[in-house]
Amino acid sequence: MGLLDTLHDQVDYSIPNDKTGEGSVVVTSVDALFNWARLSSLWQMGFGLACCAIEMMATSASRFDMMRFGVIPRPSPRQSDVIIISGTVTLKMASRIKMLYEQMPDPKYVISMGACATCGGPYWEHGYHVLKGVDRVIPVDVYVPGCPPRPEALLEGLMRLQEKVRQETTKTV
Amino acid sequence: MTTPEIRDILLENFDGKIGDYHEFAKSEYQKRYGSYIDVADKEWLRDVCLFLRDDDRLQFNSLLCLSTLDNNDSTLSVVYHLESTILRHVLAMKVTVPVTETEVPSITDVWPHANWHEREGWDMMGIRFVGHPDHRRILLEEDYPGHPLRKDFREPTFYHGMKVPY
Repeated sequence: MGLLDTLHDQVDYSIPNDKTGEGSVVVTSVDALFNWARLSSLWQMGFGLACCAIEMMATSASRFDMMRFGVIPRPSPRQSDVIIISGTVTLKMASRIKMLYEQMPDPKYVISMGACATCGGPYWEHGYHVLKGVDRVIPVDVYVPGCPPRPEALLEGLMRLQEKVRQETTKTV
Repeated sequence: MTTPEIRDILLENFDGKIGDYHEFAKSEYQKRYGSYIDVADKEWLRDVCLFLRDDDRLQFNSLLCLSTLDNNDSTLSVVYHLESTILRHVLAMKVTVPVTETEVPSITDVWPHANWHEREGWDMMGIRFVGHPDHRRILLEEDYPGHPLRKDFREPTFYHGMKVPY
C-alpha cells in the first residue's frame, strides 16, 4: 500500500446529494436566461475606422483582454451582436456603416467610441467630409468619451452595455 | 545648381514660356526649397517637364510633390517640386490659372507619381488635368458637391440624406 493510497483512504469522497444539482431544477425567467446569455457573449464586429481602432485592438489584446467579457471579434456582420464605431465616420463611410448595421441580426447594439464617432470631435467645424456623430445614421446604445478613450474606458462602456442588456425584456427586443 | 541657373538653361530653350524667379527666403535651406519659378505659358508645361527630366545638365528624375493652391484672387495655382537624385538639386515651378478655366496639362506620363497627386488636385481644388489617364476623385465620393479646399466652398447642408453641419 503506497502513500497515495493511504491518503485516499483518509479523504471523504462521498458527495452530499444536495450540492450536485443532479435531479434539481433551476428556476429562472426567460428574460433573465436570455439576457444572461446575450450579455455574456457580445460578439463584436471586427471593424475599425481610425486611431480609436488602435485602442480597441489594445483592448482586445492580452493586457486588457476583452475576451474575458465574452467579446469575440467576428469577421462578418451576420455573426455579430455589437458594432464598436471606433473612429471618425466620414460621409463616405457612413452609408457603408448603415449597410453593415442593417446586415447584423437582432438584437444588435452599437457602441460609439471616442469624440469623432460621438459628435465629430475635432472635425466639428471644418470637417466637410465628417459625419458629426454616428447617431445621425444608426441608433447608439453607449457613448464612450475620449480622444481616443483608454482601454479601461472602453471596457467600462462595454460593462454599461452589459447592464443595459440585463434590463431588457423579451417584450421589447 | 541653383534655381536661377536652372531658369537660365530653361530660357535658352523656352524663351517667353518661362516666367519670373521668386525668392522670398532668408536661410540657405529656404532658398533651396522656398524659391520658385513661374511657368508663364501652361500649354508648354509638359514640354518643359520633359526637358527638365531628359536634359543632361538637369536630370530631374523625381517629382517630390505636386500641390495646389487657391490664391484667393480668382486664380488657382499648381506647384511642382522637382528633385534630381543624381545631381542633387531641386526646383519648384508654379503654374497659375484663372478660376473660370482650370485646365492644366497632365504630367503623369512624364513622372508617373503625378497620377494620384493630380487626382487629389482635382478632388480638393477642382483643377482639371488634361490628359490624365484616370481622372477621378481620389478621396471623396464622386457625387460630392464641390471641391472643399476652394476658398469659395460652402459645405452642403445635407448629403445623401445626412445632415452635414454640426
